[in-house]
Amino acid sequence: MSENMGLAPPRNPPIKLTRKKVRAGFKKRVIELSGQPVDACYQCGNCSSGCPLAQEMSILPNRIIRLVQLGQKDDIIHNDTIWICASCFQCTVRCPKGIDIQAVMDTLRQIALEEGVDHFGPDQIDPEHAAEVPQPGLVGVYRKLST
Amino acid sequence: MKRIGVFVCHCGINIAETVDVKRVAEEVLKMPGVVYTQDYIYMCSDPGQALVRKKIKEEKLDAVIIAACSPNLHESTFRAAAEEAGLNPWQCEIANIREQCSWIHSNRKKATEKAIKIVGTIVEKSRLNESLEPIPVLIKKKALVIGGGIAGIQSALDIADSGYKVILVEKESSIGGHMAQLSETFPTLDCSQCILTPKMVAAGKHQNIELMTYSEIEEVSGYVGNFNVKIRRKAPFVDWDKCTGCGLCMEKCPAKVPSVFDRELTTHGAIYVPFPQAVPNKPVIDKDSCIYFKTGKCRLCEKVCEINAIDFEQEDRFVEEEIGAIIVATGYDTLPIVDLAEYGAGDIPDVIDGLAFERLLSASGPTVGEVKRPSDGMVPKEVVFVQCAGSRDPERYRPYCSKICCMYTTKHALLYKHRVHDGQPYIFYIDIRTGGKGYEEFYHNAEEEEGIIYLRGKVAKIFRDGDKTVVWGTDTLTGRNVEIEADLVVLATAVIPTDSTAELVKKLRIQTGPNGFLAEAHPKLRPVESINSGFFLAGAAQGPKDIPETVAQASAAACKVISLFSRDHLEQDPAIAWVDEDLCNGCQTCVPVCPYDAREYDEEKNIVIVNEALCEGCGSCVAACPSGATQMRNLSDSQIKSMITASLGGK
Repeated sequence: MSENMGLAPPRNPPIKLTRKKVRAGFKKRVIELSGQPVDACYQCGNCSSGCPLAQEMSILPNRIIRLVQLGQKDDIIHNDTIWICASCFQCTVRCPKGIDIQAVMDTLRQIALEEGVDHFGPDQIDPEHAAEVPQPGLVGVYRKLST
Repeated sequence: MKRIGVFVCHCGINIAETVDVKRVAEEVLKMPGVVYTQDYIYMCSDPGQALVRKKIKEEKLDAVIIAACSPNLHESTFRAAAEEAGLNPWQCEIANIREQCSWIHSNRKKATEKAIKIVGTIVEKSRLNESLEPIPVLIKKKALVIGGGIAGIQSALDIADSGYKVILVEKESSIGGHMAQLSETFPTLDCSQCILTPKMVAAGKHQNIELMTYSEIEEVSGYVGNFNVKIRRKAPFVDWDKCTGCGLCMEKCPAKVPSVFDRELTTHGAIYVPFPQAVPNKPVIDKDSCIYFKTGKCRLCEKVCEINAIDFEQEDRFVEEEIGAIIVATGYDTLPIVDLAEYGAGDIPDVIDGLAFERLLSASGPTVGEVKRPSDGMVPKEVVFVQCAGSRDPERYRPYCSKICCMYTTKHALLYKHRVHDGQPYIFYIDIRTGGKGYEEFYHNAEEEEGIIYLRGKVAKIFRDGDKTVVWGTDTLTGRNVEIEADLVVLATAVIPTDSTAELVKKLRIQTGPNGFLAEAHPKLRPVESINSGFFLAGAAQGPKDIPETVAQASAAACKVISLFSRDHLEQDPAIAWVDEDLCNGCQTCVPVCPYDAREYDEEKNIVIVNEALCEGCGSCVAACPSGATQMRNLSDSQIKSMITASLGGK
């Protein structure tokens, strides 16, 4: 399996599940920081169907929760979904299992920043645009979206 | 000429929208013999029936025809109404102008013409109908229950408690069935044996129940109320009357036989009782494994038995019983793992089925409830449960849902977690189906509180990689494949009919459905009856079901038997075949065509008679009879001919 002999790494490798992955580490930390029972999620998809920004996300919110359940940190923190989330609370209000999904999203952004994954850096903004944006706005964006 | 009245039902708009019911009434009034017609919005309503009764008297009608829905629905309603008004019930006929006309047509003009013709055929039939009397059939008030699992036990107890005698036949040496093998039962997690054994003991001690274990049905003849049943009492090679169940013989037997009860996780001697709480607690000698029967030497059991209960000379005995009703409760098996090639075909020791896992979890099982895997006794830390192993797979295995696996697999994972706190269970599923009282809550508790990981997808392959058992599955919820190195894999194998079902149904002359489970008379309204009168169904033999449902169905089947036995005699429909003895030449063409074995050759008279209690009036023999000697009451050849003429518009 691991010997690829010069081939590019697989684009969609299988998730190798172990009890450590589904109980300790990343998943445990998400539960601790957010205080949310992510295992309660039964994947009804209500959070995604009501999300006003779902159309901009490459992974829908329900699948983000699913990836947390399986301890898939890298898939989440390198994805744009957690940053597109506007924290509007639509998902939180509608979740039939009472999970504060917005709080999970906040937690995931926090973990991404801890891991040094910047969603937004100075090199990503066009200098012309930068000149038009008020300075407090720029500072706010960097604060929220980068380390 | 008979005075016939015809009543045309609107059935709200069901008939009246497509058929001009007023015109039907007008046209039918012109037919010969018809002296009165009337249409009405709902004939089956109380005022509708009252109208029929009133007009029978006022118009001095000799016969009535109700043009309405199928006779399956309201024939008995209107025959009862006719009888109340003093008419013979067989002088009341139904003309079906709904299912066979208004519901299947849209052209009002043509549908109306057809409805007139349909009523016309029944007018022709009515003119020649005779008045008949129901045929009384006596009932032997003793029931036979086949199968001593929880279904059979429950049925037997319910019938016995109502004061009727029951024979409970079980092919194994003890009653109890699969429920005796289970550890704990969902959703309340009661110990299975703890709730089952009181019922087993009650069945064993009940004065109205005669247990016939280690026995099989050999032959069944007769009909509802009067079955003759021949039962094979297999030779246990132990005199059960003498045996005290001390168990010394079993201790000393040198043979090693894999225990079917323990799913071959343990062995017992060639002389054995399947489990300690067996009822009756009497051993049998498995002839195929016994060293004496194989080599002619040993007889150790005989030497240690102080009361000389061992009897190698015993032979199978046959007993014959007269029975009024039969409940079939023969239970289920599970698809053998060897059939599942992609899951290792039984070659991977740590891939086991659900019933084997039940034994590992059971406090009375081979590991006394400690979860240890079969290969090396290690306590497994990563356990994968695979649902739909052979179920919901119409291409390769079984097309149906086995129904109980979602719940028992959740239970397995839960019980495993309770025993191995640092272990991790994973459940692969296609859909989780937990309809049932307290079932959804049970599942959510497992998912939320117990940390059981549910993975939505079917497992493609289980294989050995060195000393590891690798499971390849998928999780459609993440869109990713999943790979798990498992210490133990438990397959929720498909629930299937028992091997002996096919043979038994031939003996009983009852039907099975496309998947080999027993067929009920109606899936919704007659779920515990067979099409054939006198046979009732209980438990998983009729289709996969869990314990609560099995017990409910078993009690329902018992209730049907009790209702049958509460009558002094049965009334058989007299509209059946009869033989003109002068015409019959005894050719016996009718004998093999009868699906109910109702045609019997009378050697003395050289004719073939009709057993009126068995005849269901299907008409097969009437059609087959080359001499026209066999006729159907109230459906004679001349009636049929004039009905055809009427249906073609002739007079």
